[in-house]
Amino acid sequence: MTKATDSNDNLADILAQYTCENDSLIPILQAVQQKIGYLPEESIGEISSYLGISQSEIFGVATFYTKFKFARSGDHQMRVCLGTACHVRGGGQIMDEAARALGIEAGGTTPDYKFSLERVACFGSCALAPVIVVDDKVYGRMTPKKVKTILKEFE
Amino acid sequence: MNFEEIKRNAIEEWEAFNRLAKPRILIGAATCGRAAGALAVRDKFKAELAARQIEADIYEVGDLGMCYAEPMLEIGVPDGRRVLYHSVTEEMVSELVDSFILKGDPRKDLALCSFGDIRIDGIPAFTELPMIRKQVRIVMRNSGIIDPTNINHYIARGGYSGLAHALAMPPEEVIQEMKTSGLRGRGGAGFPTGVKWGFTRAAQSDVKYMICNADEGDPGAFMDRAVLESDPHAVLEGLAIGAYAIGANYAYVYVRAEYPLAIERLVLAIDQMRQFDFLGKNVMGSSFSIEIKIKEGAGAFVCGEETALIASIEGKRGMPRPRPPFPAHSGLHAKPTNINNVETLANVSEILNRNGAWYAAYGTEKSKGTKTFALAGKINRTGLIEVPMGISLRDIIYDVGGGVLNDKGFKAVQTGGPSGGCIPAQFLDLNVDYDELAKVGSIMGSGGMIVMDEESCMVDIAKYFLSFTENESCGKCVPCRMGTQHLLGLLTEITAGRGKPEFIGLLERLGNTIRSTSLCGLGQTVPNPVLTTLKYFRDEYEAHIVEGRCPALACRAMISYSINLDACISCSLCKKACPVKAITGAKKPAKPFVIDNEKCIRCGMCASVCPVGAVVKKSKGRVPAAA
Repeated sequence: MTKATDSNDNLADILAQYTCENDSLIPILQAVQQKIGYLPEESIGEISSYLGISQSEIFGVATFYTKFKFARSGDHQMRVCLGTACHVRGGGQIMDEAARALGIEAGGTTPDYKFSLERVACFGSCALAPVIVVDDKVYGRMTPKKVKTILKEFE
Repeated sequence: MNFEEIKRNAIEEWEAFNRLAKPRILIGAATCGRAAGALAVRDKFKAELAARQIEADIYEVGDLGMCYAEPMLEIGVPDGRRVLYHSVTEEMVSELVDSFILKGDPRKDLALCSFGDIRIDGIPAFTELPMIRKQVRIVMRNSGIIDPTNINHYIARGGYSGLAHALAMPPEEVIQEMKTSGLRGRGGAGFPTGVKWGFTRAAQSDVKYMICNADEGDPGAFMDRAVLESDPHAVLEGLAIGAYAIGANYAYVYVRAEYPLAIERLVLAIDQMRQFDFLGKNVMGSSFSIEIKIKEGAGAFVCGEETALIASIEGKRGMPRPRPPFPAHSGLHAKPTNINNVETLANVSEILNRNGAWYAAYGTEKSKGTKTFALAGKINRTGLIEVPMGISLRDIIYDVGGGVLNDKGFKAVQTGGPSGGCIPAQFLDLNVDYDELAKVGSIMGSGGMIVMDEESCMVDIAKYFLSFTENESCGKCVPCRMGTQHLLGLLTEITAGRGKPEFIGLLERLGNTIRSTSLCGLGQTVPNPVLTTLKYFRDEYEAHIVEGRCPALACRAMISYSINLDACISCSLCKKACPVKAITGAKKPAKPFVIDNEKCIRCGMCASVCPVGAVVKKSKGRVPAAA
């Protein structure tokens, strides 16, 4: 069985959980991304025929929200907070150091698909600024030095 | 079971919980605590107690708001003494078990305060702490005190009594109670909640909707997150009361995806509501029915605006539309819809439990009650606070917040997030309420309060906010879409040392145009960070433009680093830390450490690792051109 068919099978399972109305679009996109890691092009077609919404409209919605991705991202998501509190307390330096350590820019993924690096506007952990989040784990009171230590945890 | 029985059971459980038959450990495990390592401390505690075969209960509680002291935990022992410990490390755990649980010594040296009725010599009580003394906690009434996953704790402390009271009243009376309370929308705009409910109540329709806006998008604000994580039922009860008052049977919580723990707590809480008959058909045996759904946001700041939020729930691009029609007449699926913010709703449940007049006794003439603020930035005691409206900024920053970090000079406090402004030191005695903040060009906003010291560059801060809003502008209306780009462009030029004198006037003109011509609240407030900094810190703009100097030593294009050889101890840490190998020098044979300014990218790593502060930052400015 090819990989594409696999993802289509997944998709049928997901779609079956949602009612056929416009309100379901964003929850479906979220569920697809949760399962596959991003929104493959063929998934948009499937969702389109299920909901009866044109592909261009779905693409328009998906691109509006920053959470949706259209290409495979890394196994681990490193998200550097650049909210106001983090900015004031040196979040920019943490971002620079993370970019240097991973050898990619914000928004990029390492060639081995191990890490993706993102900037996030605020995690709401401002009191522990600066903050980074790897997958779902929050690291507070960051220093540029700690970036490498954290990366080591994932080796 | 009727509500009276439910309540009796809940109180019994709560009393048993506080009887401390065996040692009890409460760990602050909201996101803040977790980020500081609370879960590792919890696991260590479990292991330690198991190894020594001590029977004890461990519970995870929410956020007491003292994030600076995380991880925190409270230990209660069977003689009734309860002590809160701060900055707990894994290493401290066995010591605490040994001293307090086994030997009864509360360890004054490690304690932050005592809790409950029993005073302990040499340890201040929680309510006497400088950070707590001036606070009045209504929204945060249960935060960090109850187990947020246990609905009985919430009920025992008055929870769902407000809903019970409301259901016994005609909806119009509930609305009147809200009007009496004087509560104004805590999402930022400050519209009176009771009046808003009245509009939706008056709208004729077969279907109406009630929505909780938990899309807390302002960078620097985390009040809503903390409340949702620490006391989810307080918000859901308020939502149910609001739905009853306006005549809605469907409600949504629109919560941002960046708050996974808050979502987890909401899902569980909604489940519990159903079990207790607080949700579904015939709530508490009344004729009122309500269903609550959670909608997860997908990352768009503008969805905090109510018409954009509605579009997002409908599965569309989250773009605002002109009002009128207001959502009260035509909102979700073109039906009358009422939207309230998390904090507003957490107040509602307590107002209906007590009464409107009780709430109105707090605050100022036009801003009643309390307000939560997220204190962050360059301040000693970062965290979440709840103070009566009308308290002075000075009280908040110096008494509650413990003053500016490292005793540096206070420069400004930023309130209201990207829609707000920077308030300078001359207004420290301002009494914080909706109107006073508006008078100085800022807004209450959702309650973020970021303190800035002399090292914060105000031009850089304005640029920071504009880069945020430029990115988040939905692009629908030209003033906001193009205006934010131009503002950001001008600010970038200034911080890069390429500013021209005419930029200042241009920024002001552009800002005023965007303010008066944008479609929604986002665009209309976008220029605030620029206009307030221009008003109060014009000299900083001028220093950048005219002298090419950044007085706060923050703008990279205008600073240089050097090593003060008199202080340097030749440890070579800076050389190791430099990512671009711009530092040369050696201990043996002795060669002085120097930074090559051509190679230096001004990342500041050397300064951050230097143990003796020998790395110096300067902003010399341009050599004035000969006349």
